[in-house]
Amino acid sequence: MPALLEMQRISKQFPGVKALDDVSLTVNEGEIHALVGENGAGKSTLMKVLSGIYPAGAYEGAIQFNGTTARFRDISDSESSGIIIIHQELALVPLLSIAENLFLGNEVAKHGIVNWQEMYRRTEVLLKKVGLDESPATPVGKIGVGKQQLVEIAKALSKDVRLLILDEPTAALQENESQNLLSLLLQLKAQGMTSILISHKLNEIRQVADRITVLRDGATVSTHDCSLAPISEDKIVQFMVGRNLSQRYPERDRNPGDVLMDVRNWNAWHPDFADRQILKNVNFSVRKGEIVGIAGLMGSGRTELAMSLFGKSYGRGVSGEVYLDGKQVRVDQVDRAIAAGLAYCTEDRKELGLILDESIVRNITLANLGEVSSRGVLNNAEEQEVAERYRLAMNIRTPNVFQRVLNLSGGNQQKVVLSKWLFANPQVLILDEPTRGIDVGAKYEIYSIMNELAGEGRGVVMISSEMPELLGLCDRLYVMNEGELVGELTAEEASQERIMSMIVTD
Amino acid sequence: MSEKTEAKVVVPTARPLGEYLLSHLREYGLLFALIAIMAFFQVMTDGTLLKSVNITNLFLQNSYIIIMALGMLIVIVAGHIDLSVGSVMGFIGAFAAVLVVQWELPVVLAIPICLLLGALIGAAQGYWVAYWKIPSFIVTLAGMLVFRGLSLWLLEGQSVGPFPKEFQALSTGFIGDFLPGTAGDVLIGIVEVRRINAGALLIGLFAASVILWLELRRRFQDQSYGIGDEPLAFFIVRNIIVAGALLFVVFKLSTFRGLPNVLITMAVLTVIYAFVTERTTIGRRIYAVGGNEKAARLSGIKTERLTFLAFTNMGMLAALAGLIFAARLNTATPKAGFAVELDVIAAVFIGGASMAGGVGTIVGAVIGAFIMGVMNNGMSIMGIGIDYQQVIKGLVLLAAVIFDVYNKRKQG
Repeated sequence: MPALLEMQRISKQFPGVKALDDVSLTVNEGEIHALVGENGAGKSTLMKVLSGIYPAGAYEGAIQFNGTTARFRDISDSESSGIIIIHQELALVPLLSIAENLFLGNEVAKHGIVNWQEMYRRTEVLLKKVGLDESPATPVGKIGVGKQQLVEIAKALSKDVRLLILDEPTAALQENESQNLLSLLLQLKAQGMTSILISHKLNEIRQVADRITVLRDGATVSTHDCSLAPISEDKIVQFMVGRNLSQRYPERDRNPGDVLMDVRNWNAWHPDFADRQILKNVNFSVRKGEIVGIAGLMGSGRTELAMSLFGKSYGRGVSGEVYLDGKQVRVDQVDRAIAAGLAYCTEDRKELGLILDESIVRNITLANLGEVSSRGVLNNAEEQEVAERYRLAMNIRTPNVFQRVLNLSGGNQQKVVLSKWLFANPQVLILDEPTRGIDVGAKYEIYSIMNELAGEGRGVVMISSEMPELLGLCDRLYVMNEGELVGELTAEEASQERIMSMIVTD
Repeated sequence: MSEKTEAKVVVPTARPLGEYLLSHLREYGLLFALIAIMAFFQVMTDGTLLKSVNITNLFLQNSYIIIMALGMLIVIVAGHIDLSVGSVMGFIGAFAAVLVVQWELPVVLAIPICLLLGALIGAAQGYWVAYWKIPSFIVTLAGMLVFRGLSLWLLEGQSVGPFPKEFQALSTGFIGDFLPGTAGDVLIGIVEVRRINAGALLIGLFAASVILWLELRRRFQDQSYGIGDEPLAFFIVRNIIVAGALLFVVFKLSTFRGLPNVLITMAVLTVIYAFVTERTTIGRRIYAVGGNEKAARLSGIKTERLTFLAFTNMGMLAALAGLIFAARLNTATPKAGFAVELDVIAAVFIGGASMAGGVGTIVGAVIGAFIMGVMNNGMSIMGIGIDYQQVIKGLVLLAAVIFDVYNKRKQG
């Protein structure tokens, strides 16, 4: 089979990080090619390069598509060549109908006037192709996520797709819907369609993929031809995570004490889609002086777990019990959660963790204003002292503490958020991707601070997608997948393979 | 945290004058704009603007706008808007008329009842905005219509008055001269004016010295913590201007009838609200809500409750404005407060508030209100038609906001 797509020696550099390092990918005509890798491996970046989101010139290397060199300037360029991506977060407008969504930006119209009859007719033809039995006039928001996925595929078909890229298509689907989708993919393949399937569900990949490419840390690790020999899931896992753990982590004495926080029977549903359960009976605990990690892929529910615990800031129908130091505590509102001794350092620091237009001082003291005021009146001198203390302790690089947080670099912004929560003096601190976007030196500083917290007898929960740091710091690890805790490992038992295995295999 | 650090004292380096001015352009700009506008109109009105009687009128005419600007600043900083204030103002004025003139309730009872009613109205609107997340624009637009209608209904389409003396004193009373007559006489001799309220002068002197003392104290504190960066020259000049302006105004007032009651009311309220917004935890939290509501909520701030309170407060201040306005006209009319919300909102934005929330100061809003007031007053004296007046006010508002956005873009 000739190659439909050849991505040759693609490299993409961001300030401070090389997202893609000499990556090559070949996709043959009429095959289903699986692209596998953990968070940050470079899959999305590679697809963004392919689809033109990173236009020609923004990366090194070449793309050969359909026999010609492709230099896409933007998405519409790649789409007109026949490359269509269906993203994990579906690009559908819930209030518009199936037909309107299918032909969004591509309407059946003459001189700006839409021909609804023709549009509905074409919609019905496409819906039949994907096996979706719905009226074209149905608002997309009313059909379940499985059917929405089919609408997206129909949309791709309407655009004369040559190469269909599916990003985690079954992530939000029930078992039968997933099977349905996979059969559809095989069907389309039989009709000559070429597709790239990005997924972490190895069992599904082994069902449909002709070839599998594994990416790790921005480089191609291996490409396997399934027609030659079947590959075991363990082998794939090994390719995904097998790396040298060379980074150093600060030393500490590990002697965890009694259970400090105990979360039981924690459940939550999606705020907008009432039938999607996001957290399924989660039970976990943190001991005094312990650093507990929560590993998992994006979308596994870790952030949702933390947010729903912290004042029910996420989710509908959130239920369960939280015990701190043996006593049940109420965490149904944020200030109650803070009063109970919890703190949550958000994943999204700009949107949720900081008030960008305010100064460093005012951000640091925000969660514990009582400490720098008396009878409601703020003490400017004390506030400043607190801010200076943290500026030095966390090594926040800034001319002074009155700088607007907006002007700080990402790493320094993170330090401000961390300072805020340290100042709130929590018993249990939940950190969500605390070292994302931070340079190596600063990371080490943050690890040291975490160790100090544990040393003081507090409990630290670290949600992270970086397995090396989880392994380097944590006393215990929970593994989360699709809203459930699928495993628990001690520091001795844990390894990258075992973690990934728990996530991707059944 | 380990004992590794003690707050280091950083000695501020002298900043080049030009650079300092640029980064504080907005704050100084506002003050200078007010001075420039006053100078402009002083010239254009052949000196009428700064006559004692006119300065007194300036305060009397704009008191209700300033009072409402205090509340509106808080609502806008919290990230919302209140379009109903003009209508609520009129409604409460009408209600007061019914209570005092028609039902002959003692003024001393009627005033608190009216303020409470205003607070309840604000609370009702605030409830929908805060807890149901209905956009404030819509809720208060509805309020604007409802209370305009209710005013009309309450007054049965007529003007109701006159009010008893105690009520009128709200607006038209002055603080009598409490110093012995000889003090006044001595001063008259010196300054060659017809009369003088020496007591007013004394109050003015006292206020000016308090302001100077507070500024000096703050400068010392800032310096010792290493954050003061206002060049000494600026500090001196600014304070001379402010204190000088204050004394000038007080002097002019004292040669007419002295300090109006409303001025005292305005001044006290301004001080209170400035203090609350800048120096208290509740003020800090309101700014946080406006700056980033999600982050504020995740920091433990009760965002809904604060929004609710902001609107309740606004309602109460609108009620106060309504009482003052009715007292000044000595009647309650169905048209009272019509379109006044626009002046109030414009004042707050001219004063530097941002539509997005989280930015703006009480002092800025008050200066903004004065700018609007001086423009109104000056243009009226000059005989400029209302039509042109509107155009000019609109353009000034636009210019102020464009200036803000431009400045921000350069900074960020």
